[in-house]
Amino acid sequence: MALYSDKVMEHFRNPRNVGKLDDADGIGEVGNAKCGDIMRMYIKVDDGIITDVKFNTFGCGSAIATSSMATELIKGKPIEEALELSNKAVVEALDGLPTHKIHCSVLAEEAVRAAVKDYYDKNGIAYDPEKFRESEDPHEGSCGL
Amino acid sequence: MFVYADNAATTSVSRTALDAMLPYLTDFYGNPSSLYAFGQKAAEALQASRETVAACINADPKEIYFTSGGSEADNQAIVSAARIGARKGKKHIISTQFEHHAVLHTLSKLEKEGYEVTLLDPHSDGVILVEDVENALRDDTCLVTIMFANNEIGTVQPIAEIGALCRERKVPFHTDAVQAAGHMPIDVQAMNIDMLSMSGHKFHAPKGVGVLYAKKGTVLTNIIEGGAQERGKRAGTENVAGIVALAAALKESCDHIEENTGKIIPMRDKLFAELSKIPHSIINGSLEHHVPGTVNMCFEGIEGESLLLMLDDQGICASSGSACTSGSLDPSHVLLSIGLPHEVAHGSLRLSIGEYNTMEEIDHIIEVVPKVVSYLRSISPVWDELEKGELKHLI
Repeated sequence: MALYSDKVMEHFRNPRNVGKLDDADGIGEVGNAKCGDIMRMYIKVDDGIITDVKFNTFGCGSAIATSSMATELIKGKPIEEALELSNKAVVEALDGLPTHKIHCSVLAEEAVRAAVKDYYDKNGIAYDPEKFRESEDPHEGSCGL
Repeated sequence: MFVYADNAATTSVSRTALDAMLPYLTDFYGNPSSLYAFGQKAAEALQASRETVAACINADPKEIYFTSGGSEADNQAIVSAARIGARKGKKHIISTQFEHHAVLHTLSKLEKEGYEVTLLDPHSDGVILVEDVENALRDDTCLVTIMFANNEIGTVQPIAEIGALCRERKVPFHTDAVQAAGHMPIDVQAMNIDMLSMSGHKFHAPKGVGVLYAKKGTVLTNIIEGGAQERGKRAGTENVAGIVALAAALKESCDHIEENTGKIIPMRDKLFAELSKIPHSIINGSLEHHVPGTVNMCFEGIEGESLLLMLDDQGICASSGSACTSGSLDPSHVLLSIGLPHEVAHGSLRLSIGEYNTMEEIDHIIEVVPKVVSYLRSISPVWDELEKGELKHLI
């Protein structure tokens, strides 16, 4: 069996929403170059809806594919819904990831939240900090740097 | 276009090796331990193979032990030297940071048993300094094990000098020659090598067969117990066909070292010359002390696994020392050992060229790699920061 599902390879080969947004309302960056993966996510927000989203990723095939899938899953959605995006949903939408690549999906989830947090901060919108707490078991398999 | 550029990982079985082995799978399938003539036919083939292999490295046929491959040979050589040492109260071993894991993991196991292991750092060009070996030698050193050529960066170590030093100091010297055998001349006598490992599938024999050379008088410890095969030092019915193929492939490779090197070097040099034009790239390992076919480079701002996947889409088989491709959390221990920062080591690419490759294939690689690197950089936030000057270029 191949390392990645067809879906992962399809998103890797043809990533959706790749690029930058010069007029982004929120930018989130997570990961560490020493660990070998960094995701940066840009969101445009109108009326509480994520109207546009772009990403840049330095990382392996699954890091690029999970970034791509995460942007698809939040584009056009209300911010509250985007905040509910879980890494599991990203993994499921990609028809699974190898165990040692699960941390890429965690990064994708965190990148979305980081972008939203940046949007809230920039616009002085109050939020529940609990929602942006580091997850308990965030970097399964990451290098811990 | 399909381009196999991962010959340091494995090679195709040559026609010569295949032709040599086939009769021992079909017509002469007897067990070499059987008394009857049909079995003895296989035993004769084993003996002839032993002689062929011995001749290729200037050893005596009695010093050749067939194994399942390079890893088993490394394990047996190291454990044997450790046991001999322990009997004399010597439990110190010298090796290097950038050995193959077959060596490193065996050494960690011995450390847990109370052996002391000194792992030397290679110089930044990927070469071990003889004086570092000399300085590390102690009265209780029972083994020096240093690879002939590194599997990732292709750098060749000063084996003859280290051999002479060890012989003078009466310390057994083992070398993992998996990447060198069949590609460079090896003379175990002239180089004062006491034990040497090789693996058939790195020089056009099938996978699953290797050799441990152990100088006469070296008491080997069995890794596999059972029957009296390989003079009682490696149990299990011999892989006759594989062994015959290994001998045929090694002889063919050794007979053509100069010719093959002459074919490979221009291809390798073209890769180095053209791929070095990619901005912020670096060649890993000394070019002066180098096996012919291995090209290892890093490209800043990108990650190796995505590079390999994109090359695969263009028909190119290569490898990388990035953490993601190793399945571990850190990038290659080899690249880190020569002082590369983690960030840079993640963006490594190893292309290993063999005599079956062609200049057209090299041209395909040269056309594809810069495009893929540039695409991956275009979507990389690290590259973005490097370009904006928010991060400092490391290479």
